[in-house]
Amino acid sequence: MAITSPEVRLWWKEPLHKIELIWISIAFLWGLIMFATMVYWHIYGTQNLSNEAYRVIPDQYAERVDAFVAENTVREEGDTGIPVVRPAAGGDAYMLGRLWEWYPILELQKGQSYRLHLSSLDWLHGFSLQPTNINIQVHPEYEMVITITPDEAGEFGVVCNEYCGIGHHQMVGKIYVVEE
Amino acid sequence: MASTESFRTCPETGLKVHGPAETLIKANAVVAVVFLAIGGLFGLLVALTRWQAVHLLGPETFYLALTAHGADVLLFWILFFEVALLYFASAVLLNCRLATPRIAWAAFVLMLVGALMANVAVLQGGSSVMFTSYVPMMAAPHFYLGLIIFAVGALVAVFVFFGTLVIARQERTYQGSIPLVTFGALTAAIIAVYTIASGAIILVPTWLWSIGYISHIDTLMYKTVWWGLGHSSQQVNVAAHVAVWYAIAAIVLGAKPLSEKVSRGAFLLYIFFLQLAAAHHLLVEPGLSSEFKVFNTSYAIYLAVLGSMIHGLSVPGAIEAAQRHNGVTEGIFGWLRRAPWGNPAFSGMVMSIVMFGFLGGISGVVLGTEQLNLLMHNTLYVTGHFHATVVTGTTLAFMALTYLLIPLVWRRELVLPTWAKWQPYMFGLGAMGISLFMMGAGTLGVSRRHWDITFSDAPVAFDYPPAAFAMLALNGIFAVIASAGGIMYIVVVVGSILFGKKRGEVEMRTNPVVFQGRQVAAVSSYGSAHTLQVPGTLVLVAIFFTAFVLYYYINWKFLSEVWPMG
Repeated sequence: MAITSPEVRLWWKEPLHKIELIWISIAFLWGLIMFATMVYWHIYGTQNLSNEAYRVIPDQYAERVDAFVAENTVREEGDTGIPVVRPAAGGDAYMLGRLWEWYPILELQKGQSYRLHLSSLDWLHGFSLQPTNINIQVHPEYEMVITITPDEAGEFGVVCNEYCGIGHHQMVGKIYVVEE
Repeated sequence: MASTESFRTCPETGLKVHGPAETLIKANAVVAVVFLAIGGLFGLLVALTRWQAVHLLGPETFYLALTAHGADVLLFWILFFEVALLYFASAVLLNCRLATPRIAWAAFVLMLVGALMANVAVLQGGSSVMFTSYVPMMAAPHFYLGLIIFAVGALVAVFVFFGTLVIARQERTYQGSIPLVTFGALTAAIIAVYTIASGAIILVPTWLWSIGYISHIDTLMYKTVWWGLGHSSQQVNVAAHVAVWYAIAAIVLGAKPLSEKVSRGAFLLYIFFLQLAAAHHLLVEPGLSSEFKVFNTSYAIYLAVLGSMIHGLSVPGAIEAAQRHNGVTEGIFGWLRRAPWGNPAFSGMVMSIVMFGFLGGISGVVLGTEQLNLLMHNTLYVTGHFHATVVTGTTLAFMALTYLLIPLVWRRELVLPTWAKWQPYMFGLGAMGISLFMMGAGTLGVSRRHWDITFSDAPVAFDYPPAAFAMLALNGIFAVIASAGGIMYIVVVVGSILFGKKRGEVEMRTNPVVFQGRQVAAVSSYGSAHTLQVPGTLVLVAIFFTAFVLYYYINWKFLSEVWPMG
């Protein structure tokens, strides 16, 4: 029994039964297939997280975001005073997380690619693009650059999904994707 | 050398039981159950707040309750119980004395002081930093210190277990190799050592930072090392509850492993490869290369997954082989139909296996796939996954084992046997619903650790789909069901320990909990099994494998529909 010592003293010399051997082989092969699927997606798939990341000083990142906002703002979001920023197609778009907002709101064109920069000014935040369900972790002092290509028009919410204190549930941002 | 009078011989198993070991098992198990009750209550409050129509707690209390829930059930309940399990698997199963009972008591006191200190810190407010306690969000110094003291105590207990193995070998209290269950416990203990080491490496500097001796901790470094503790501690649970499955199958049905070699090999895979699974918490992090992510998620995890898939055949296989050997041979599933479903140890164990495999295992592999992680990172899907592994898997298995420990270690009959009979179904069903509906909500994008999914006072509006609200309502309903099952468990366990009828020699003979069938010599030449005719198990394994492959590729289909990115 499993709660007593093995009956056969040299249990490691016992032969492997065909049934178990087949199952172990199938399970091992399945592991290799899952491994290959990830590599395959890097080559042929179009949804991969980029490896581009930099160390940044939060204040300097904030300055770059402010410059980006000053240059590209097209309007304000309702009466919230939050700028809606329209970056050039193919160019850089910035977003930062801080207690408790995503800043600024972006307006992108469908089918165009953008280099989206993400960083935090204070604590860990989670960039969760809804309802598309793309979820990326955002750290202070690290800037991640992802090339995104919105392929559907509409209004998208950016929810913070990393707990960041009492105002966590108010931390909502927005991305507009417009037809061109 | 301990004197002989501190031993008793168990009339049911014939095992020599060391008195101090038995007392320590009782103490650790009782404290474990108390933390389960406290943590479970906080869990119910959390679920009733997520249920938007009820929305019980305010934000401050919600995050406080969530932190307490995580620490009490994930750390304190499980680790206290695991220490009891380690002492049981060493001293009791090997017929020997426990090494240094005094140091084992010191470990117990350290763990208790640490757990209480962390609880006090959380309840005072100001330490609602969640189970993960990511920097730079800071908790009170005694929150970190409590966790450190608890971990030191747990580490000492693990070394008492190792010492007991050494004593058993020196004093030749068993023949040949250690039993498979002890081997599984040893696997858990080895993983626990490097888990706790990771915890010390990260929590000690974090504590120093909280009292002002260190000015800065890198967030990515913290997260990387922290998960060496966070995920690996859950691998301790996996090894421990797989050992419990084998133990319950052996005690209730007299089941033998199909092959000692295969089962032990699967545990070895855990030791070598589980640790790297920690990296799958870093799949959408900046600053880590795709090569690192692919290597850690696939190579390493899949060899550990292989270990679990092997147990997925060998545990039900051992049960089927035992049933057929015991004369239940009709059809493919007769062994399953005529299994002791009224025995809570058995029913709890079977549900633990099925739900851990289908819900916890498959969702874990999907979550841990480099690109797929994008779809559910930090959503409630993650929470659903680990409720499947830790609640339907570990907690249910440990509950099932207590139904054997009460008659064998406490030597008491169960009070309220009907409650005991239904308890695993109630709790198992509730926990299954919690896991499924949180995974469902996560698939719809609902984020974890979120007080208000209507974002009522946010300056920018966003609405989750109505289905997400339905998922969270169902989650709340099933949390109530699970809580009812949890209360039944506490009542039966505490009631039996305090008021259960004493089991004398007569009761043990007339109403045995240990399988009393004739132990016939193996009829086949294969391994330790009586036979390897396990057609029912093969069907079940085929169903499992098909579900796994389908669900895995369905998620790739989901991924292909999100925005192209690179």
